[in-house]
Amino acid sequence: MTETFFIKALQDSLIEEMQRDENVFLMGEDIGKYGGCFGVTRGLLEKFGEKRVLDIPMSETSMVGWAIGSCLLGLRPIVEVMFMDFITLCMDQIINQAAKMSYIYGGKVHIPLVIRAPAGAGRRYAASHSQSLESLFMSIPGLIMVAPSTPYDAKGLMKTSIRNNNPVLFIESKLLYWTKGKVPDKEYTIPLGKASIVRKGDNVTIVTYSRMTNECLKAAEKLQNKDIDCEIIDLRTIKPYDKKAIVESVKKTGKLVVVEEGCKTGGIGAEIISFVTENAHSYLKSPVLRIASRDTPIPYSPVLEDASIPNATRIENIITQKLKK
Amino acid sequence: MFGVVIKLEKKKEFFEYYKKMLLIRKFESKILSLFDVQKVYGTTHVYIGQEAVAVGACAALTKQDYITSTHRGHGHYIAKGGDIKVIMSELFGKETGCCKGRGGTQHMSDLKIGHLGSNGITGGGIPIATGAGFAIKYKKKNNVVVCFFGDGACNEGYFHESLNFASIHKLPVIYICENNLYAMSTPVKKAFPTEDISVRAASYNIPGKIVDGNNVLAVKKMVIEASNRARKGKGPTFLECKTYRHFGHSRNDPKIYRTKAEEKQWLKKDPILLFKSYLLKNKLTDENHLKNIEKEVEQEINEAVTFAEKSPFPNPIDVDKYVFCETG
Repeated sequence: MTETFFIKALQDSLIEEMQRDENVFLMGEDIGKYGGCFGVTRGLLEKFGEKRVLDIPMSETSMVGWAIGSCLLGLRPIVEVMFMDFITLCMDQIINQAAKMSYIYGGKVHIPLVIRAPAGAGRRYAASHSQSLESLFMSIPGLIMVAPSTPYDAKGLMKTSIRNNNPVLFIESKLLYWTKGKVPDKEYTIPLGKASIVRKGDNVTIVTYSRMTNECLKAAEKLQNKDIDCEIIDLRTIKPYDKKAIVESVKKTGKLVVVEEGCKTGGIGAEIISFVTENAHSYLKSPVLRIASRDTPIPYSPVLEDASIPNATRIENIITQKLKK
Repeated sequence: MFGVVIKLEKKKEFFEYYKKMLLIRKFESKILSLFDVQKVYGTTHVYIGQEAVAVGACAALTKQDYITSTHRGHGHYIAKGGDIKVIMSELFGKETGCCKGRGGTQHMSDLKIGHLGSNGITGGGIPIATGAGFAIKYKKKNNVVVCFFGDGACNEGYFHESLNFASIHKLPVIYICENNLYAMSTPVKKAFPTEDISVRAASYNIPGKIVDGNNVLAVKKMVIEASNRARKGKGPTFLECKTYRHFGHSRNDPKIYRTKAEEKQWLKKDPILLFKSYLLKNKLTDENHLKNIEKEVEQEINEAVTFAEKSPFPNPIDVDKYVFCETG
């Protein structure tokens, strides 16, 4: 095991998969010499050349379509969307094309595509460069959505995503890039659709993913002092999510809290709560709690931005107020 | 002696084009009548009047070359060598359809014959064809992609972004605009500031040519030129095929946006009639032979209908099947 930055683990997964399979290539804006807006692909142009680290013009409407076309002839593209906010320009190709092709073509076509999307707030980039838009894709059949919270998961899940034959939207929280964690020196992969229980506990189940996992872990330490023992489930794959892990934990704790960085209304948490209500309602001993960003655009002013998105203190306070007997 | 052999070969090819055009027309006429007896569902966009574009273009391609198609896609599929039984069956919503009844008229593909998919989104196939072109170059293959779309698609962002990208990388893609004068009901005069769309190609530094889209041989000639260029690594070509759809945009279109006089003018330039008179005038064949071809076509269509009719519907239990590819 080596202590590694999230960004390095991610880059290593790209390098290893590109070395493993010459059909894997990278496509995006300013991913070559510049190395991508956040530096994830820095140095890869020198390593793999222009053919496999393809800088493209500012053409977000078409770029996912170009990737899809290459999939049809056997390539395995990884497209970087510079900021997740810009994915709104790619929607037709993601929703109407990539996600549907396996189904509408009767299972005879597959689209081994990975779309990398740096997401999330906290860097004062404001409304159009800070969003967590994963809930927009929650109701699109045929898409897989992955959102790791640790370097270990980032590497293992990226490798699996690249090898998967379905379109995968891979969400990278910008604030996680320079966080550290242990990563095995040997080759490994992590299956899609499997959550990780990052903290065992008996009193309350917290379901979360991506950067909010870290905030929940911090909150859980504080809550422990208040005799609230949290079990934290990091979904890792948001879609399809690990239903079994959630139900098993709720059976044990009888209490459910969902935490996400996206907006509250119609969010991922709303789906998780609906699922638990439908399938494990009898195990719930108290009303569920939903913690998410406020239903506003991400504001610019630091005081407003901090007020709009959840953090450890807020998570701790809400859980204390609502769940402490 | 050698000359005669070539001529015979050529003649055979010509009869093949005639048959393909007729097959598309009669296939689609059949589809329209099947709506009345509720054997096919939803809507359909028929290609009747534009047959020379698909048949001429595909005649210039090999089986290993690729096409992308549109909402008006039956003609492209048939021209590329599609089996009308599985196309018919797809329209019937049957399990034996080319896409097992999951896709329907606007969502068909057949990778075995290089058909990368028709598309219900205007211009949606343009970036996909472009990406296929990129893959051909990536894999150092010698194939080309023909990307079919209408005049309407030329005003989508896809058109600009993809022609630009294809030209930068000299991708082997032939962009074929079938300018049938109307994007649904909107005439090209209201949607384009220029008389011709082909002039746009200049801004991407690629050849842009106007083609008589009702002349199957003219289309074939231009696509051969374009594919030679593409196979030599010289990049894409944009062809604007001027043509006309005899029917409305979709099945229930009352065509109130165009005049009877205009329709009459274009019916005189019907691509099948034009080619028929070319064959007869040049004494390449006689009426009898062409009648026989027509009978063959009708026979094939009847067989396709029977095949579709006898085929089972998909099992509703399988409604979730194929959402994800389960391998890999």
